[in-house]
Amino acid sequence: MYETTYHRPASVDEAAALFAKGSDSKYLAGGHTLLPVMKQRLASPSDVIDLGKIKDLVGIEPSGAGIVIKAATTHYDVANSDAVKKAIPALAHLASLIGDPQVRYRGTIGGSIANNDPAADYPAAVLALGATIKTNKRSIAADEFFKGLFTTALADGEIITAVSFPVQAKAGYSKFPNPASRFALTGVFVAKTPAGDVRVAATGASQNGVMRVPAIEAALKANWSAGALDNVTVSTDGLLSDIHGSSAYRANLIKVMAQRAVTAAG
Amino acid sequence: MGVEGIGASVVRKEDRRFVTGRGRYVDDIKIVGLTHAHFVRSPHAHAKIKSIDIAAAKGMPGVVGVLTGQEIVDDKVGNLICGWAITSKDGTGMKMGAWPAMAPEIVRFAGQAVAVVIAETKNQARDAAEAVVVDYEELPVASDIRAAIKPGAPQLHPEAPGNVIYDWTIGEEAATDAAFKAAANVVSLDITNNRLVPNAMEPRAAIAEYNDAEEHFTLYTTSQNPHVARLVLSAFYNIAQEHKLRVVAPDVGGGFGSKIFIYPEEMVALWASKKVRRPVKWTGDRSEAFLTDAHGRDHLTKAEMAFDKDNKVTALRVKTYANLGAYMSLFSSSVPTYLYATLLSGQYNIPNIFAEVISVYTNTTPVDAYRGAGRPEASFVVERLMETAARQLKVDPAELRRKNFITTFPHQTPVIMAYDVGDFGASLDSAMKAIDYAGFPARKAKAKTEGKLRGIGISCYIEACGIAPSKAVGSLGAGVGLWESAEVRVNPVGTIEILTGSHSHGQGHETTFAQLVAGRLGIPISQVSIVHGDTDKVQFGMGTYGSRSAAVGMSAIFKAMEKVEAKAKKIAAHQLEASEADIVIENGEFKVTGTDKSIALPMVALAAYTAHNLPDGMEPGLKEGAFYDPTNFTFPAGAYICEIEVDSGTGKTSFVNFVAADDFGTLINPMIVEGQVHGGLAQGIGQALLEGAVYDSSGQLVTASFMDYTMPRADDLPSFKLSHTTTLCPGNPLGVKGCGEAGAIGASAAVINAITDAIGNNKLEMPASPDRVWHAIHG
Ligand SMILES: Cc1cc2nc3c(=O)[nH]c(=O)nc-3n(C[C@H](O)[C@H](O)[C@H](O)COP(=O)(O)OP(=O)(O)OC[C@H]3O[C@@H](n4cnc5c(N)ncnc54)[C@H](O)[C@@H]3O)c2cc1C
Repeated sequence: MYETTYHRPASVDEAAALFAKGSDSKYLAGGHTLLPVMKQRLASPSDVIDLGKIKDLVGIEPSGAGIVIKAATTHYDVANSDAVKKAIPALAHLASLIGDPQVRYRGTIGGSIANNDPAADYPAAVLALGATIKTNKRSIAADEFFKGLFTTALADGEIITAVSFPVQAKAGYSKFPNPASRFALTGVFVAKTPAGDVRVAATGASQNGVMRVPAIEAALKANWSAGALDNVTVSTDGLLSDIHGSSAYRANLIKVMAQRAVTAAG
Repeated sequence: MGVEGIGASVVRKEDRRFVTGRGRYVDDIKIVGLTHAHFVRSPHAHAKIKSIDIAAAKGMPGVVGVLTGQEIVDDKVGNLICGWAITSKDGTGMKMGAWPAMAPEIVRFAGQAVAVVIAETKNQARDAAEAVVVDYEELPVASDIRAAIKPGAPQLHPEAPGNVIYDWTIGEEAATDAAFKAAANVVSLDITNNRLVPNAMEPRAAIAEYNDAEEHFTLYTTSQNPHVARLVLSAFYNIAQEHKLRVVAPDVGGGFGSKIFIYPEEMVALWASKKVRRPVKWTGDRSEAFLTDAHGRDHLTKAEMAFDKDNKVTALRVKTYANLGAYMSLFSSSVPTYLYATLLSGQYNIPNIFAEVISVYTNTTPVDAYRGAGRPEASFVVERLMETAARQLKVDPAELRRKNFITTFPHQTPVIMAYDVGDFGASLDSAMKAIDYAGFPARKAKAKTEGKLRGIGISCYIEACGIAPSKAVGSLGAGVGLWESAEVRVNPVGTIEILTGSHSHGQGHETTFAQLVAGRLGIPISQVSIVHGDTDKVQFGMGTYGSRSAAVGMSAIFKAMEKVEAKAKKIAAHQLEASEADIVIENGEFKVTGTDKSIALPMVALAAYTAHNLPDGMEPGLKEGAFYDPTNFTFPAGAYICEIEVDSGTGKTSFVNFVAADDFGTLINPMIVEGQVHGGLAQGIGQALLEGAVYDSSGQLVTASFMDYTMPRADDLPSFKLSHTTTLCPGNPLGVKGCGEAGAIGASAAVINAITDAIGNNKLEMPASPDRVWHAIHG
């Protein structure tokens, strides 16, 4: 690791001010993405600004017909929250599948979606549930937030403060872990809105990160059942192909995971 | 106190320090004035070094020295050696290219060191290493066997035309060909034995200290065989003389073969400690372990088996290409030859065997012994062929094996090995019973109604351990003798120290070796200490690999114990005024049989050291040494059966059951044996389902971290059901065979046999990842 200056601000405003002062600042949340990269000397921020100790950034709150998860809330807390389990059990289930206990104790929802790893789990839930990302500057709809591999709509220095999830009529998540990393080789989140619309998001599969899957959405809108997908073909266009899975395999997994997610959603 | 002797599942003595975090590994050792080394490594798999500019690095804060490959050559440090000479079928020797500890001119694998920076802190060394500017001219790359042997392939070493190191054969070719011609049925398979990265928990490390006044070196290193390291470093590398070099291998966190070899980093640390006149420390990180620890396996094989009309095997023909990487590591040459092809008879009576092995250079990390070393590859060939034959001949795979089992011993195979004892049918029976083999068809049918693909797979392995009779291996090209040495020191107060040349890096010798001694004397194991891993303390040794520590190391202790006991009996008889022949040892006492006269061990020991009243002419002291040279290999064998289920939607394999029935001869500590089997099975299953080192065509290791290299985790593995069927090894005094590698040798064929049974398709390579299994099912 190269030398860096560590800051522990008490508020979001102070964090943003510190960020602006540094020549090459980085926010730190759970550190489970940023610190390994720094240790490998692939990142060398001048200033590391720890968001994890800002009280306003931690916690889970029901809000109207949904639930708000503040950015520095850990995967462990989401997985074990009674409020999340009650409102959107599929989301708690997703959080319980991230990494291992050490990762879940430290890693945060804000860090995960700010990082937008193409194989991360949360982006699938955020996109399929139609969540809204709240920052210190604005609100961003999920459809506008994810912009490709490790890229988001966040401006430089912008801080995610919370993610607001609406409760949908049905929701389910099914993940096929990469045997080595246990990130998603392909994970699919399915959701049906109270109005009967269907949103399906797949992570781990596409060269451009998390994506909606229109073919599956259409089939499920017509008939919300695992069987409805039996004859659906997912195109391999733009899908990843690597030592862990060919694009054909991933296209198959999108369908199979979608079927299992529908079954789980009920 | 027999409760702590041989056969008792005594809790491991060493675990107290390990589980309380008080083990002492190389990286834990603190030395005044220590400096830290960081290597500059080639990012390219094959390149010419046009220039190295170290000027900037030398001026960086804290830098003590920057040394390059040219300097190590200029100082006449020897090239790395290979300790086993293999002769090609045309009578020529190995075509071995030079391997300098740091590359002066050409780099041949990504990660090869070209320079080293030594600085006051680890970070300063790393910072300065980034300032070393190396100008490379990239050369064409052969990153696997096929690329290395095709016409016009890039040439790695001028000494090895076409990248072939040797083309070696074993067995009778003409007789084998004739048997194939006469065969009623022939089964053939193309097999890839996947390349593995050992990944011991503790990365390699070295601390070298040079004492100017005494011209003496000390090297602390992660070694499975410190005496071998000392021998090789002094005899071949011109860095230190043997009597001026102490090698210490303290607690070592796993080896699996990868810590047998003496690597460039240890050599450089030793050499550099004299150059910079400061102690030098290097601790590898996980990335360096992936790139520089010798990898394992990596064979391409075509194998055929011939059967007569009664389904008896009449011949086996094998052609294997073995990838040895960019340089020949210490025992690399022997692994795909004498440790592989000599086991191709498996558990079967095969009258004709012919094997040809062609070892080649590629632009990859050197390949050498890894848990099982050649024997897993052989077992996989034989057991995949047997299973495939059973399917082709439409007979039960268990019955086909049983029909061909060797049942009389000793048995001379056509490929050197003379099996001394075994009962292969007993192991198979035990495993079949444990898994309810007879009930499998019903279970498979039921699984099918639930939409699941279920399969069962057998693997009947045999291996050769206790390596090895020195004369025999010498005649086959080994550069060393493979005996072991021991010294038994009874202290004046009656406590005992055993000095052994074996080295424990996870095996639990401090417990099992103490059990042998405690059991013989009838004293608690707490009275016995095992001393190992330090060339200044232990007289000599050949180290631990090839499951040899019980069969060879403990046999040496046994011999030394006999000498000690004989002398102690003489002293006891003298003290008790009895005849030596009447003395028996029981519960720590020397007793005169049939009387109530006795003298306790501490009193005998004290008498030996006070020497006030010893038999006439007897030397004082109670301490004896012994060297033990094995009479033969030992032959652990067994039957593994696994039942699996494949999810056809995802290609994922899950275990329903895994049973292992092993014959290891005498079990010293059944709990430790169980642990060894579990670990071995994990590695064998890892090879079958999860692990595989992958290089891209430019020679970059794609699986260079745990993000891409799938190490087995606990939840990848089933709860194993183990059993033992025992035939005692006649070749050593303890009747032990060895258990350290069996799991890794036998497991992978059982798993692949089960999956191919489930999916009804035999075209499946290891690792059988979900992606590959899914493609095997769906195309
Ligand atoms: C062994 C291991 C296994 C893992 N397995 C999985 C898995 O199965 N599935 C999965 O989804 N993930 C997995 N992860 C990733 C893990 O979930 C990370 O914790 C997560 O991706 C990043 O969250 P963090 O809180 O650790 O962020 P950090 O590492 O602290 O930060 C990540 C990035 O986000 C930025 N950032 C953090 N918080 C904010 C914020 N509030 N606003 C703006 N920017 C911010 C940081 O500046 C940084 O660039 C794994 C990680 C490890 C180490």
